[in-house]
Amino acid sequence: MENLKEVILQYVINEYLEDDSVEVTFETPLLTKGIVDSFSMVSLKRFLESKYEIQIPDDRATPEAFDSVSKIAELVDEFID
Amino acid sequence: MAYSKNVREAYQGTLATIKDAGLFKQERFIHSVQDAEIEVEFPAGAAPKRVINMCANNYLGLSSHPDVIKAAHEGLDSRGYGLSSVRFICGTQDIHRELEEKVSEFLGTEDTILFPSCMDANAGVFEAILTAEDVMISDRLVHASIIDGMRLAPAIHDTFKHSNMLHLEQKLQLHSDKRIKVVITDGVFSMDGDTAKLDEMVALCEKYDAMLFVDESHSSGFIGKTGRGTHEYCGVLGKIDIITTTFGKALGGASGGCVSGRKELVEMCRQKARPYLFSNTIAPVVVSGVLSVLDTLSKSTERRDKLEANTAFWRKGLTEAGFVLKDGNTPIVPVMLFNAKLAQDFSRDLFDEGIYAIGFFFPVVPNGQARIRTQISAAHDIHHLEKALTAFRKVGEKHGILGKTKQEIIEKYGA
Repeated sequence: MENLKEVILQYVINEYLEDDSVEVTFETPLLTKGIVDSFSMVSLKRFLESKYEIQIPDDRATPEAFDSVSKIAELVDEFID
Repeated sequence: MAYSKNVREAYQGTLATIKDAGLFKQERFIHSVQDAEIEVEFPAGAAPKRVINMCANNYLGLSSHPDVIKAAHEGLDSRGYGLSSVRFICGTQDIHRELEEKVSEFLGTEDTILFPSCMDANAGVFEAILTAEDVMISDRLVHASIIDGMRLAPAIHDTFKHSNMLHLEQKLQLHSDKRIKVVITDGVFSMDGDTAKLDEMVALCEKYDAMLFVDESHSSGFIGKTGRGTHEYCGVLGKIDIITTTFGKALGGASGGCVSGRKELVEMCRQKARPYLFSNTIAPVVVSGVLSVLDTLSKSTERRDKLEANTAFWRKGLTEAGFVLKDGNTPIVPVMLFNAKLAQDFSRDLFDEGIYAIGFFFPVVPNGQARIRTQISAAHDIHHLEKALTAFRKVGEKHGILGKTKQEIIEKYGA
């Protein structure tokens, strides 16, 4: 699970941060803080599905479920199992 | 009467919140035609003041050109004021089709369809040509009208970092399984004045079998050697699948827009684009004006050449004065101030000096990126720009920012 969180955190940093001064942790609210917009969730979902060979149903890929690295990791972990 | 006291108070509360946040927008009334010098009533109720206009999209100075006005008069006399119909019932005149053909010829495309505005063109095009099996991949700084259009489309949407070709390529790889892929960008970005790397984007689109969409609203008429747009500037004429542009900026400045590109895509818009289907098209008087503009631009590059020279003069003057500018070579020249209040104060002081230029700050631009966006026109003569430079230097000195770096300005005023 920790490794999963690290992978997601690294992806979020590389994908969305333009400014090095913004710090993101496992618990940082990604959507409500405006780090990830709802459009950009698409690439994150597709990245996770491709990397872990899973399918996350659209009705589970909600803004709430994607609002922090920890929450995303929990969701992904459920489908890996 | 369903507009109860509670409902009224709810709206009043929302408006008060907008005002408290410093985001309340107010129009300034102009008592003259659009030109290098205009008469502005500001604040409301004050006597109109003659100022140099440094913030219009009137890039070629054609908004009040005698030839355009004459053509518009002739169009009004010969084709009337309005059509009282959408295009496909009884709202298409010969001059509408003539303008579509002239635009295709000017932009180097297969076909064109007119829309009431470029906002409508961008709002309608993606829904008309894409399905749920497709993907739209857009630059993160595209215009708001494109974002609205993408929201209306059934295709999935992803973004790439501004002008970052490596990131775009990663996204094209990620979505390689999609039926149709469309890469979406502005030609010239309206807030920063930088130019899309269309040559590299065309190469990537060819490699990954994707279509390329470019909004040329801030380019058509003056970017490239003969003013055809960013695709001419980047050497990719004929290789852009979808171009949208406006007649509300350089091309006469009145209103109207279009989708221009591959003929099947244009035909899809004619069959399915809702702003085209359910709204009157451009009024005959405007169509006649734009036809005259395209005729003028096809015969001579004099106006875009003057604009290019004016832009070089303006950039050099501001740089020598010690302002921080955004890099670029387009007539959009942002003077960076970083702090929202400083941008507003700077704009007000410029107005006192007879210069009209507006401050832009969050949410129009990112937090900490406040600026005065100046826009150069072929209507400007050197004496206008010299007077504006004198005013910028005076106001810059007053605020102590001349010769200061980004970091120094932020340390002094905050971001």
